[in-house]
Amino acid sequence: MIIILTSSLTNSDAKKRPDGRAFDELRPLKIEAGVLERADGSAYLEIGDNKVLAAVYGPRELHVRRLLKPNMAILRCRYNMAPFSVEDRKRPGPDRRSVEISKITSEALQPAVFLEKFPRSTIDVFIEVLQAEGGTRCAGITAASVALADAGIPMRDMVVACAAGKSNDQVIMDLSEWEDKEGEADLPIALMPRTGEITLMQMDGHLTSEEFNQAMDLAIKGCQSISEEQKKAIKNRYGD
Amino acid sequence: MLLVEDKQIVIPGEVLAEGEFHSGRGTFMEEGKVCSSLVGLVAVRDKKISVIPLQSKYLPKRGDVVIGEITDIRFSMWNLDINSPYSGILPAAEVFGKEKRELNRAFDVGDVLFLRVVDVDEVKKVKLGLKGRGLGKFRGGILIYITPTKVPRLIGKKGSMINMIKDHTKCEVVVGQNGVVWVKGKPDMERVVQKVVKTIEEQAHTSGLTDRVRDMLTELLGQEKEEEKEKEEDQYQEELIQ
Repeated sequence: MIIILTSSLTNSDAKKRPDGRAFDELRPLKIEAGVLERADGSAYLEIGDNKVLAAVYGPRELHVRRLLKPNMAILRCRYNMAPFSVEDRKRPGPDRRSVEISKITSEALQPAVFLEKFPRSTIDVFIEVLQAEGGTRCAGITAASVALADAGIPMRDMVVACAAGKSNDQVIMDLSEWEDKEGEADLPIALMPRTGEITLMQMDGHLTSEEFNQAMDLAIKGCQSISEEQKKAIKNRYGD
Repeated sequence: MLLVEDKQIVIPGEVLAEGEFHSGRGTFMEEGKVCSSLVGLVAVRDKKISVIPLQSKYLPKRGDVVIGEITDIRFSMWNLDINSPYSGILPAAEVFGKEKRELNRAFDVGDVLFLRVVDVDEVKKVKLGLKGRGLGKFRGGILIYITPTKVPRLIGKKGSMINMIKDHTKCEVVVGQNGVVWVKGKPDMERVVQKVVKTIEEQAHTSGLTDRVRDMLTELLGQEKEEEKEKEEDQYQEELIQ
């Protein structure tokens, strides 16, 4: 159950943000499902200048026997940034940051998937960031759950992620790269919109408890609007 | 209270009904509500709600007939890929009985077999067998892979769809319940069947498919005939030039 704590959602003394958005406005969002022919399920997502591609393979057989669980499937994620996704060329290959994001993505998606239906198998999720502009972990999780649904994997709900934070002395929704770097705090969350269960919450920077509640409410509101786009993307794939 | 219509497309987590409804395949119960767990079409039968998936993997069930490809030969059994998260095993005893022979004399890696699922145990070990009518090794032909949930659509009511394809193209067609289709006939006819099967897979969730497939078949076969005619004319003209 989702409970909005603060009544700050009508902020009168709001300042304009660098890109002209309101404090509770998302960047332009586009999601498309089923873009890759060879993957079992796939999705392409654009939010602002972020471009993210997610592919799902499985459930399939895994030959690394020690990883398999006898009573359920395992969910493996790989988050990867393309060398050309950022201003200065990124050194290709996994680094400390992408290993962390891979882990939290898999943990954010796991509670939603009925893993016990496929014992002794694996579901692989690949997230490729083609272009980054702040908030790629949220974009990755959102795209991955559309790809999982497209692959026909049974789930309790479609996980959706959105960030909120504080920049320029103002609590705002969906931080851009500049707002994230120059700002005071960043709070990405992932949740299951039907029940409101939170599957991921991270924070860096400093927020007072009042500001934290405001940021949480903004992030939840952001998740709800992104969730609607996710649903549309899936239904569009089958011409509805 | 039913919140969706029959045959409506639903997504994972969507609430389908509240109150006195039962949860069928592709759904789950939470706090007295029936929710979908898949992307698929709603099917309501009396008080039971199920969701028929649009995309899925094959989960082996005892008694199914499947098409598999041999991937490995071991001491007393073959390993087969059955287009599923779980590979199948064919014990040598199923083929030879008590007699002992060399396994690679009978079937080799890459051979395609038509088999029956004899048993699936708790850890999803899939035992296959060759006892039954029509089961055995395929010679030649091509394989087409489709989503297993669309197999009933490809077969049609009492085999109407599949028989239509067979009649029009004069191909041998065998469909495994794991979504593998084996086709053998003239090479150009095999291609026609492949095209048609892929179309059926894409449009499985729409109605009036049988008629459209019939039109497509006549159109494709018409083209083939015209091409042949053109070829004949070309040959005739060449002959004239000579």
